[in-house]
Amino acid sequence: MSLLSRMLPTPGRSVMLLVIWLMLNVTVSLGHIILGSVFAIAIPLLCAPLQISQPRIKKPLKALKYFFMVLGDVVVANVQVAILVLGPISRIKPGFVAVPLDLTEIKPITMLASTVTMTPGTVTAELSKDKRYLYVHVLQMPDDEQEVIRLIKDRYESAIKEMFQC
Amino acid sequence: MNFWLELTVSALLMIGGIFVLVGSIGLFRLKDAYTRLHAPTKATTVGLGGILLSSVIYMSYLQGYVNVHALLITLFLVITAPVTAHILAKVAMHHKVKTMKSTQNEGLVDKAREQKAVDEEASSKNKGK
Repeated sequence: MSLLSRMLPTPGRSVMLLVIWLMLNVTVSLGHIILGSVFAIAIPLLCAPLQISQPRIKKPLKALKYFFMVLGDVVVANVQVAILVLGPISRIKPGFVAVPLDLTEIKPITMLASTVTMTPGTVTAELSKDKRYLYVHVLQMPDDEQEVIRLIKDRYESAIKEMFQC
Repeated sequence: MNFWLELTVSALLMIGGIFVLVGSIGLFRLKDAYTRLHAPTKATTVGLGGILLSSVIYMSYLQGYVNVHALLITLFLVITAPVTAHILAKVAMHHKVKTMKSTQNEGLVDKAREQKAVDEEASSKNKGK
């Protein structure tokens, strides 16, 4: 067991590498499976010393649900941004907000920041050094800026918290 | 080629094309670096997604097996797009790039640059300690 775990420090990532290799070559021939397996074992071994322990996703089903929720939001966001962009520019009221974070680990925060950047008219600009605030640029600021903060916290942050169970 | 398949592929191509066009128009029309970031990052996700999806459907039909190259492009795009947008916004913030006149809460730029606490009172209390 110890030998196996030493050979494959990150089994999930190895499988992902193999699958992507086969997808890139659009084949399932034996030669490519062997070559892909060599890469899938060698690359994680080389990268293992660089690894920082991160919290794992404990509820994969929640993660899948989150993925589809974000996908739907991205489509809605695109339409909203398209309408804003094609309308009169003077109607656009951009602004910054600082979103207080409950998450503490880097990986969940990265996920939240990426989601915020992908979705309706918001781009993350900076994370404060103490990881307590996420600075977000909003394309169309509602009259009450708390609305944006509430949206990010209730819709995305709570879902990520459930996913990582922290 | 099946009529419905053709219709789906062309509809996806149209939607994708329109969104990419809107993204470019946004890049041209918006006034400052931050707002300009919004148009391409958003419009290209659905725009390119639509084009790639139509490519997957069309090529799979032609070749007789599922073509996955386009799916991989989507995967890499989704991983890299938010990171680049974030880095661009961060650089803009730290270089104090000019913002649109109607921008609200501009004070937060300085606070983010100097890593001050968002609520000033809290930071002065911390200094007192």
